[in-house]
Amino acid sequence: MSKINFLKPDKSNLYTFLYLGSFLFFVSVLDVLLNSFFSLNLTGFLPGFLSFLLPLILGFIGLYFIRIELSGIKQLDLLNKHINTNNFNAVLSLLIIFIILKSIPPILSWFFIDASFAGDSKDVCTGTGACWTYIKVWMRRFMYGMYPNGEQWRINLSFIALALLGSVGYFATDRFKKYLTLYYVVIYPFIAFLFIFFFISGGPVFFDFSYGIIAAILSIIIGFFIPSKFKFYYFLIVPFALYVLLKYFIFYEELIELGKLDGLNWVETGAWGGLSLTFIISFFCLIFCFPIGMAFALGRRSGFPLIRYISIGFIEFWRGVPLITVLFMSAVMFPMFLPADFFIDKLVRCIIAISLFEAAYVAEVIRGGLQALPRGQYEAAKSLGMGYWRMHIFVILPQALKLVIPGIANTFLALVKDTPLIFVVGLLEIVGMLNLAKTNPEWLGFAMEGYVFAAIIFWIICYAMSKYSYNLEQKYKTDR
Amino acid sequence: MNFKLKDIGPQLMTVIAVVLVFGFFTYNAQVNMENRGIDFGYGFLSQESSFDVQFSLIEYDGSHSYFRAYLVGLLNTILVSVIGIILATILGVLVGIARLSPNYLINKFAAFYVEFFRNIPLLLQIFFWYFAALRALPLPQDAEAMFGISFLTIKGLFVPAFIWENFNIFFYSIVAAIVAIIVIRIHAKKVQETQGKQIPVLLISVGLIFILPLLSFLIGGVRLSFEVPVLKQLATTSFIYEGGVSLPPELIALALSLSLYTATFIAECVRAGIQGVGKGQKEAAASIGLTQNQVLKLVVMPQALRIIIPPTTNQYLNLTKNSSLAAAIAYPDLVLVFAGTALMQTGKAIEIVSITMFTYLSLSISISLFMNWYNNKIAITEK
Repeated sequence: MSKINFLKPDKSNLYTFLYLGSFLFFVSVLDVLLNSFFSLNLTGFLPGFLSFLLPLILGFIGLYFIRIELSGIKQLDLLNKHINTNNFNAVLSLLIIFIILKSIPPILSWFFIDASFAGDSKDVCTGTGACWTYIKVWMRRFMYGMYPNGEQWRINLSFIALALLGSVGYFATDRFKKYLTLYYVVIYPFIAFLFIFFFISGGPVFFDFSYGIIAAILSIIIGFFIPSKFKFYYFLIVPFALYVLLKYFIFYEELIELGKLDGLNWVETGAWGGLSLTFIISFFCLIFCFPIGMAFALGRRSGFPLIRYISIGFIEFWRGVPLITVLFMSAVMFPMFLPADFFIDKLVRCIIAISLFEAAYVAEVIRGGLQALPRGQYEAAKSLGMGYWRMHIFVILPQALKLVIPGIANTFLALVKDTPLIFVVGLLEIVGMLNLAKTNPEWLGFAMEGYVFAAIIFWIICYAMSKYSYNLEQKYKTDR
Repeated sequence: MNFKLKDIGPQLMTVIAVVLVFGFFTYNAQVNMENRGIDFGYGFLSQESSFDVQFSLIEYDGSHSYFRAYLVGLLNTILVSVIGIILATILGVLVGIARLSPNYLINKFAAFYVEFFRNIPLLLQIFFWYFAALRALPLPQDAEAMFGISFLTIKGLFVPAFIWENFNIFFYSIVAAIVAIIVIRIHAKKVQETQGKQIPVLLISVGLIFILPLLSFLIGGVRLSFEVPVLKQLATTSFIYEGGVSLPPELIALALSLSLYTATFIAECVRAGIQGVGKGQKEAAASIGLTQNQVLKLVVMPQALRIIIPPTTNQYLNLTKNSSLAAAIAYPDLVLVFAGTALMQTGKAIEIVSITMFTYLSLSISISLFMNWYNNKIAITEK
């Protein structure tokens, strides 16, 4: 057996180095593992500093020994390529392995092992872990804010109905696919508006507008059977006709009675809150900011100087100020600009403010897409005799929007993440409700649980959105 | 004359619409203010403010004017933004490079960090650090010293203060070093262009920036001493550190969450920038005999920076604007001090909100103008 040079691992003594190296490596990992999971200190007999560094040193030497190029063993080569390319990387890899091993036990015990799930009062939370009972007890408040418990089915029902209506696109056959844009851009937001303002809010005007909802839904259902030739005129006339018919001729008395039987109470917007408010605000701001942003993006690229300067001014103004000051403005300054007897609800003011704010960002993103299109597209459209609007609607915008899907998705993500700021005007969505709950004298000291809970919810929403946008991007990717 | 109705019509309509909307607003504002007996004007800025601010960089108390309060808020905003920008840049660059590491563990760790912090609302993160994490810190009397001189407690971070003698000489020495470095750089560039010789600029610069201030210590009479914070008992259970510099927990929470959040975006910018430099560029540079360091310094970095800097500046702007979330945890920034307290006291909604917005607006616009100029300057001029 040839002499082994320990300073230079090589292939000729492959197995000696492999066994020795992996042994040292596993000893070091085992030491940390035992230390963190079972609080055993194998190296406790050594002086403090050395005992602390020993796993790192052992692991480093171990990794050094097994760093043999082209060893012929597949797993070893993979390991070397991915975590053990050189000394520096070896140390970093070891550190990360140790950090993960060290942090798993405390996180696990806080989240699950020592946490309390049962019960419905603070007394059960005596352990060192999280108190999920707190979340359980406050769940309704976190989800629905101050909305009365007995009425919360209205929010649930509206959201389920809207989710079902929103998923129509997945089930539409090819014949109806071309109307989906119209549906999602015009009809669906309108239905959502009716649902939220007159079902969730249940205001005094509910009865009047329930006809609108029925008319809209009925006309959409019938609309599927209308030949495409007449569809445009159909949607222009029939919903309105249905509404008038319902309101003034048929079922009048019966529907009023029905409405009264339901007896939906009015819930003022100040009582709305929690996650449902986050959804409502995000939904409407998303719907409103897109067309406004598109208009200003086109305005900024318009050939008319005055329109261009107005658009630039608008966009740069909103992009230059923080959202919190915009909300401040909507709360304290905006009412001064309206006639004294003209009152706009706090929530509506908020939605307007956030929509305008995000519209400026959407405008810049869309402008990027418009600029990225080659001139030839414009020229080709013009040479076909298309006017400004036809050119943009049928040629330019479909391509430009496809290009900017990631940017738009980022803006929408920012919008969702900005909704907690509405605490400025006194509306409390989930983060605001958390802050309220943590000051409740009966439930002091559970701030951490609340924030972790909200963070998980937001993380899931945002991560799902970004993954969805990535899928969309892949789906609409077209080669040029 | 090539005026056409077709061209003028839409513009005129838009302008009329805008003017009408603004006119409607101003008319209502006038009527409303008359009804409520408020008069419009910025005279209140010189009045006595009569409210206190917790944390201020300049001397301030209730007897100073509202304008002074505005300055206090502005300086606090700038302070937290600068701290946040520095930390976010360091962290972001590190994470961005780590995202490109061939090491699987480091790569995934960085990716996890980015995906985790990016998808949680900033306000929630600020609340988390302020109300949950920093509340778990020890009380002043239980705090252990870090490096024997700093104390991280529930009441904030207490660090030693520098006490300078002849600070201006030290300052001038640094200025002189910077000027000398700039001169040498320009000279080196000229030498490189005319004679093809390379002067080790980096070595000389590092040397200068250390040696000149050191000289000021040795012969300039500059002295530096530390004032270490000392625990002082106010009451039986109430302790506080005296002396040194104290950073309030609001500032720490805000700077921490701002930098952790913004670093994820900067990391993505850095990654995109480095990935954006084509592989061919590196190979071409290597094939003409440049060393690994030269490839990085002369070929990759200049091109990568072109891609990195514009979006990163945007992130700096976002960070500055996001620092207004300070109002949520009562850090006395511009929004809290001026648009909060001062507005409550004076009731001058239009004036105060407009000043606040104008401040942020001028900050943003000046930076973006500078960026446009810079972009045009460094843009690759294609043939």
